[in-house]
Order: sequence, then structure tokens, then C-alpha cells
Amino acid sequence: MKYLKFIILFIFCFFSFFANAENLNNELLNKISKNIRCLICQGQSVYDSQSDFAVSMKLVIKKKLEEGSTESQIYEYLKNQYGEWIIYDPEFNKNTFFLWLFPIFIFVVGVWLIIRKIKFYKL
Amino acid sequence: MKKKTLLIIITIFVLFCFVVLLKGLSNSNIYVPNTKIGKQLLSFKAKKLLNNEEVISDELFFENKIYLLNLWASWCVPCRTEHHILMQLSSNPSIRIIGLNYKDDLTNAKKFINQMGNPYSEIIIDKDGTISIDLGAYGIPETFIIDKNKIILKKFVGPINDQSLKEIESLLK
Amino acid sequence: MFFSQLGYYSLIFGLILSFALIPIAYKDLKIINNSINPNIFIIISLQLFTVLLSFISLIVSFINSDFSNETVYNNSHTTKPLFYKISGTWGNHEGSLLLCLLVLILFIFIFLLTSKKEPKKYQIFTLLFQQIIIVGFFLFLLLVSNPFNYLLPIPVEGLGLNPILQDPILAIHPPILYLGYIGSSIIFSSSLAAITQNYVDNKWAKNLKNWVFISWIFLTIGIMLGSIWAYYELGWGGFWFWDPVENISLMPWLCLTALIHSIIVLEKRSLLASWTLILSIASFTLSMCGTFLVRSGILNSVHTFANDPKRGIFILIFLFVLILGSLFIFFVLHKPKKEEQKNFLFSKETSILLNNWFMMYFLSVVLIGTVYPIFLEVIANEKISVGPPFYNKLLIPFLIPFFIFMTIGPNTKWIKDNFKLINLRLILLFIISIFLSYLILSKTGSRGLFTTVLIGSSLYLLFITVKDFFIKNQINLSQKISHFGFSLLILSIIVNGIFSSEVITNIKVGEKYNFKHGSIYFEKINSFKEKNYMSVVGTFKIKDRNNKEIYLKPELRIFNQPIMITSEADIKTSFYSDKFLVMNLVKGNEFYNIRYQTKPFMIWIWLSTILLVTGGLVNFLNKERK
Repeated sequence: MKYLKFIILFIFCFFSFFANAENLNNELLNKISKNIRCLICQGQSVYDSQSDFAVSMKLVIKKKLEEGSTESQIYEYLKNQYGEWIIYDPEFNKNTFFLWLFPIFIFVVGVWLIIRKIKFYKL
Repeated sequence: MKKKTLLIIITIFVLFCFVVLLKGLSNSNIYVPNTKIGKQLLSFKAKKLLNNEEVISDELFFENKIYLLNLWASWCVPCRTEHHILMQLSSNPSIRIIGLNYKDDLTNAKKFINQMGNPYSEIIIDKDGTISIDLGAYGIPETFIIDKNKIILKKFVGPINDQSLKEIESLLK
Repeated sequence: MFFSQLGYYSLIFGLILSFALIPIAYKDLKIINNSINPNIFIIISLQLFTVLLSFISLIVSFINSDFSNETVYNNSHTTKPLFYKISGTWGNHEGSLLLCLLVLILFIFIFLLTSKKEPKKYQIFTLLFQQIIIVGFFLFLLLVSNPFNYLLPIPVEGLGLNPILQDPILAIHPPILYLGYIGSSIIFSSSLAAITQNYVDNKWAKNLKNWVFISWIFLTIGIMLGSIWAYYELGWGGFWFWDPVENISLMPWLCLTALIHSIIVLEKRSLLASWTLILSIASFTLSMCGTFLVRSGILNSVHTFANDPKRGIFILIFLFVLILGSLFIFFVLHKPKKEEQKNFLFSKETSILLNNWFMMYFLSVVLIGTVYPIFLEVIANEKISVGPPFYNKLLIPFLIPFFIFMTIGPNTKWIKDNFKLINLRLILLFIISIFLSYLILSKTGSRGLFTTVLIGSSLYLLFITVKDFFIKNQINLSQKISHFGFSLLILSIIVNGIFSSEVITNIKVGEKYNFKHGSIYFEKINSFKEKNYMSVVGTFKIKDRNNKEIYLKPELRIFNQPIMITSEADIKTSFYSDKFLVMNLVKGNEFYNIRYQTKPFMIWIWLSTILLVTGGLVNFLNKERK
């Protein structure tokens, strides 16, 4: 009797592990497809689109996740196929230094400009 | 003095932006990524349309010819407009045209071929569209020009027209 | 035919009037008195009349489905309902430009009427600078965007029957947006005029402030309408996509918001004159840049009009003439009044500086995100996408300090305030806010320290803006309402963003789909024949965890002219949340793909924006009371 309970528990854990893994994969699938541009739509992500391209793309991503690819490996693969512009999140590389740093630069310049205008006397 | 230098710097920057934007205007807006051009075709597995046999892609590109890999489907309207050009090309002995049937109903696909003619030396199936993504395709119709070493020479997005026909013919020389 | 002629020659006449105006205005400059030569008024009125006539002619051509007019042919159809025939007038490139021109002239007309007490030369220079813009638009219209081109032979039917564009909100969203963009032209022209006249002081600020509010109010409403339309019509349940054209409307908005604040400083304390000028020039420049980016074909987006490179070149040249011209005037002619003193740390002046600093930061994020891909492509031949993840990463973290500053700033006194750094009540309130936020988040699974602080500080801001209503003075009612509206808006957006949930699945009639928070049962599907489309309506019963049932009926519309299928979501709105269901065909299948979303506080996003705008309107009422 005890054995049976053990086996049932074990089988349950086994399946719930896979169910969880599938849930995790689903979440990851959603996260990735929200970050991929649907190339034949105007301004929609693969997640939002129901076009042929988007549906096939979601299948490809799902397959790759099941094969064990990581998120960044999938992005690399897609960049190889379609170029960097298929990814909505511009990564920080030599092409995008200015993109990411310009606003920060403005922010810092702002601090300097404001400090110039303030009297820091003791109240 | 400080004001004048600032004005000059800003003016130069503004003129720079002007030139960049002017050039940007003349750039084509139809962006066809050329990331795959010059790269070798990845190996993939697919079933043949007519006899359901499974093949590995490498087996298809065995002859010393130029290959056209044409993505099509029976439900695709522009595919019909390019079909007669494909028929024309299929009579050229230095070309082989391989069809990749994309997300199609097999009966409809076979009907399409029977009605419109078969320019393909071989037709393989991409039922769920995943092979096309492995190829870096957008959708259909799309045509890849591949040489005997399986290097992708060129890609046409959209139906082949007379202009693309000329480009193909110049590649053959 | 006749109306096309009328419209065209009215435009030419209007342009001639501009040229007639310039020498008269120039002569009047030399006459030293207090009021403008009445002939100027006559000419401006006449110009307004001719352009109005031209615009009405275009409307009439649309109503009559006069397909000899190329614009009408491209954008209209005999079977279009009358309302959409009329709104089709401004829903295209040429018509919208004609509307912009009309508003340009209307606004300078109103400016002259309401600025009689302002220095005469200032008024005339404002008129002259505005006329430069007006002539630019006239030339643009007549040379490369003529709304009155002929088509021969006359086509029997028009091309413009896209059903997506036949929507009431989409009909009024552009004109209101244009009122906002063009409103900033007055700010631009009068700023340049003020520089030439050395009139950049508190009196000028007082007069200009109204125009800043007008432009800002229309722009806010315009943006809100665009988001409402996207939410109700596009079927993805979102209202903001960081699409380049959306960003283009946001940039002048950020600039104008900063300007509202800095112009108050100029009005009350005669400080920040140069900065106010920069913001004024920048607001209109950004509006014009936006026009360029959208209409030149350089950007790819859902919103872009048909591309014509000649138009792009024209707008580009026009835009840079404006920029370089105003730069020159600012740097060479502007003489700052005196050595502007420094402000005390705890003062309203500093608070407003902080506000402007953050606004400029936000503006720089949106600006660089929108234009960088263009520059990169031209310079390095690399194409990248800048999408929502970029904006979220750079904007959201900075919201937290922004909220905190906003709880302190508005109530600081001018010049110098005694700020008790350790104000026990406020700190207690802050802690309560964080705690509340923690409670709310833990209900749905914890999301970490950052989100807790984000919602907490947003809540805190909301509490403070509400508390400010109970401070007994009627002054700044406009500020209180707007700030309250803003805090509610931002809180709604954050909560909506974090707590929205959705399920996507393929489902057949008769099937039931179970998910974490409930179930969806696909009861039936019906088709009806409507006037110009086939309507397919699915009936879905949605049960939530508490067994509460609602019915949602998303619709598919199948048009045959042009062949198109549109998807109409069904949305059930309540004060607490929206339930959103949209249905799509799955190719070659009896399955339907459905997307069910729960969107908390959606309606508060719209209501709080209306509150935000109301605050701006109250500003006008306050003046009349005094």
C-alpha cells in the first residue's frame, strides 16, 4: 500500500515537473514572441499577430525551446536568419552605444545645468 | 565668444542631421535583409508532395546546376502571376526549380500543379511553415537562387517579374 | 469640377494675399502708434476666408463624390456614408495639409484679435513669422500636394473604401491633433517676435501662456483619442505601442508640458526666459519634424501616408529653414535681460527646473528611440528595431524619483520655502503607500522590490494630490486638478500594465476552454448580412473564478469591396476592469483563434486624461474670475 502511494506520488511529481516545464516554456515563448517583430505586418509583434509568418514563427520558437535552446540562443538564431531588426529590444553593442547612452548623457547634463542654478546655502 | 561657438557647433550638427535625413529619404523602404546571401543553405528534412517520401535537402541539390528554390501555395494569388515565368525557366537546361509548398492543403496543391503546369523538378512540403523560417523567408511567393555548393546567391521577395527574370538570366552566365 | 476650380484658385489668391501682407506690415512697423493698421486685419480676414472657402470646396467635392478630383478619387467612394465622406476630406495627406493651413491662419487671426494690448511691433512680427510658415504651407500644397488635381477621364468610382478608416473616433482624432500641432506655431512665431523686440519677460509670458495651454489641451485630447481608437478598434487590447507616429505626437506633448511649467516661472518670477524660448521653438520644431517623418516615407509604420519623395524633400528643406532661422534669431538677436540669479534649493523655481529636467530626459528617450534607426541605417547600413523594451527600460525606473519630486514640488513656495526634511506625516504616508502596494502585489504573486516601490510611489503621489485639494485656497485649482489627473493616469497605466492578463487559444463551437482564472465557453456562431459586409458574431460565455458569468460577442466583418476581414472586439467595461475578447479566423479550419484579456482600470486611463485636460481648461476660467 505504501509502495503504491509512493509510486503515484512519484508519477504525479514527474508529470507536474513536465507540466511546469511546459508552463515555463509557454511563458518564455510568450516573452520571446513579444520581442520579435512580425515581418509581414505593420508594427505588430509575433505575439500579437495571427499572420502565417507569426504562427510559423511561434512554432519554431516553441520547437527550439523544447529542444533546450536558451532565450539568447533563439535570438541569435533569428538574428542570423533575419537581421537585427527582427528583435524589438536593441541590445547594447557597438551599433547602439549612442542609442542607450544619449538619454543618460542628457540626464547628466541636466543635473549639471540645474546645480548651476541653485544656491546651496544653509537655509 | 561662447555664444558664437555654440551656434556654430549646433549649426553644423543640424546640417549633419539634414544631410543624413536627405540621404535616408532616397533609401528604399522595402528592407530585404541580405543576411543569408553568401551563406550556405542549412540542411533540412522535408516530405515530397507527390509521393510523401522524406528527403534531406542536401539530396535535392546534387546536380551541377543553378537551383531556384521557390516558395508557393495554391491559395497564394501572386504565386499565380509568377507561375508562367517559372514554367518558362523550367525549360532552361542549366536551371532546376525546386518547389517548397507552404502551409497548403495537399489536395489543393496537387490540383494547382495539374491545372497550371509543373515547373518543378521536385516539390517538397512545408506544412507548418517552420522550414521557411529556417530559410529566412518572409512568406510567399519567395524565391532563392542557390548554386551547386548550396550557397544562396540571391533572394527575391514577392513574385518574380521580368526584372528579376533578367537578373536570374545574368546570373546564369 | 467647379468646386475643384474654386478651391484651387482660392488657394492661389490666399497665397497672393500673403505676399500683399508683407509690405503693408513692414510699413506699419515704421508707424509709431498703438494699434495695427486695420488693413492688416482686413487682409488676414480675407486670407482666412479664401482658405476656408478652399477647404469647404474640398468637402463639397467629397460629398458629391466628384471623382474628377484626384484626392476624392483616391480617398472616397460613392457608397461611403455621408459622415465618412466628409471626414475623408481631412483623412488624407492633401486634405489634412489644407486643414493645417486653415488652422495656421485661423490662429494668427485669433492671436491678432486677442493681443490688441500687446506691443504693436511684437504683434506685427508674430504675424510676419507666422506668415513665413503659412507661405511654406501654401507652396507645399500648391506645388507637391495639390488637393485639387484633375483626373481625366473622370473615373466612375473611387478607391477609398477601407473599412478600418470608417470610424467616428478616427474621424476626429486627426483634426484635434492638428489643432495641437499647429497651435504651437503661434508659440513659435511669437517667441521669435518677442526676441526681436526684446519682449521676453513676464508680460509676454502671461499672454503666451494661454496659447501654450490651448496647444497642450488639443494635443492631449488628440493623443487620447488615438489611444482610445487603438484600444477599441485594433484588437490587440493595447493603447500605446511606441510606434514612431505615436512617439511623434508624444514629443511635442512632453515639450509643451515642460513649457507650461517654465512659462509660469517666467510669468511669476521673470526667470528662465532663455529656456522658455528654447522650449517654445522646440515644441513647434518637433511638431514639424513629426510631419516630416510621417509624410515623407522615411519611416515605416501603421500610420504613414502614401510616400512621395518630392514631398519629403520639400518638408525637410522647410523644416531646416525654420530650425536654422530660429537658431540664428535666438543666438544673435536674443539678449538675456540680466544676469539671472540663482534659485534657492527649496523653492518652486527649483521644483519646476526639476520637472523640466525629467521632461527633457523623457523627451530624449523618445526622440532617440524614434530617429536613431534612421540615422544608423544611413550611416552604417545596419537596420535595427527600437521597440517597447527600450522605452520601458529607460523610462520606468526614472518614474520613481519623478513621482517623489512631484509630491514635493507643486506645494513649494516661490523664492524660498522652509522645507522640513523630516515631515513625519508625509513619511508615514509614504510608508503606508509602499505597504499598500506590497499588499496588492502579493495577491497576484510577488513581483519584487522595484515594482513595489513603483506602485507605492505612484500611490503616494495620488494621495498627495488628493490631499492638496483640502488645502484651503482656490488658487491653483487648475494645477490641483491636472496633477491629480496625472497621478491617477500614471497609476492606472502602471496597474493596468502589471495586472492585465490574457489567454490565447484556438477553439471550436461547443468547446469549453479552462484556464487559471476561469473558463470560456464558445456557445454559438451567427452570421448576418449587413449593408456592405457579412457579419459573423461569436457568442462566448466567460466564467470567472467566482462563477460570475458574462457574455462577450466579438465580431468578424467580411468585406468584399475591397476584400478584407476585420475583427471587432467586444469589450465589457466596468470601473474596476475591462473584459476584452477578440476573435480571428484560423485559416482553413473550423477553429477560431480567440484572445481574451482582463484589463484592470482601463476606463480610469481615459477618465484621468480628461481630468488632466480639465485642469488645463480651468486655467482659462480662473482668469475670467479675476
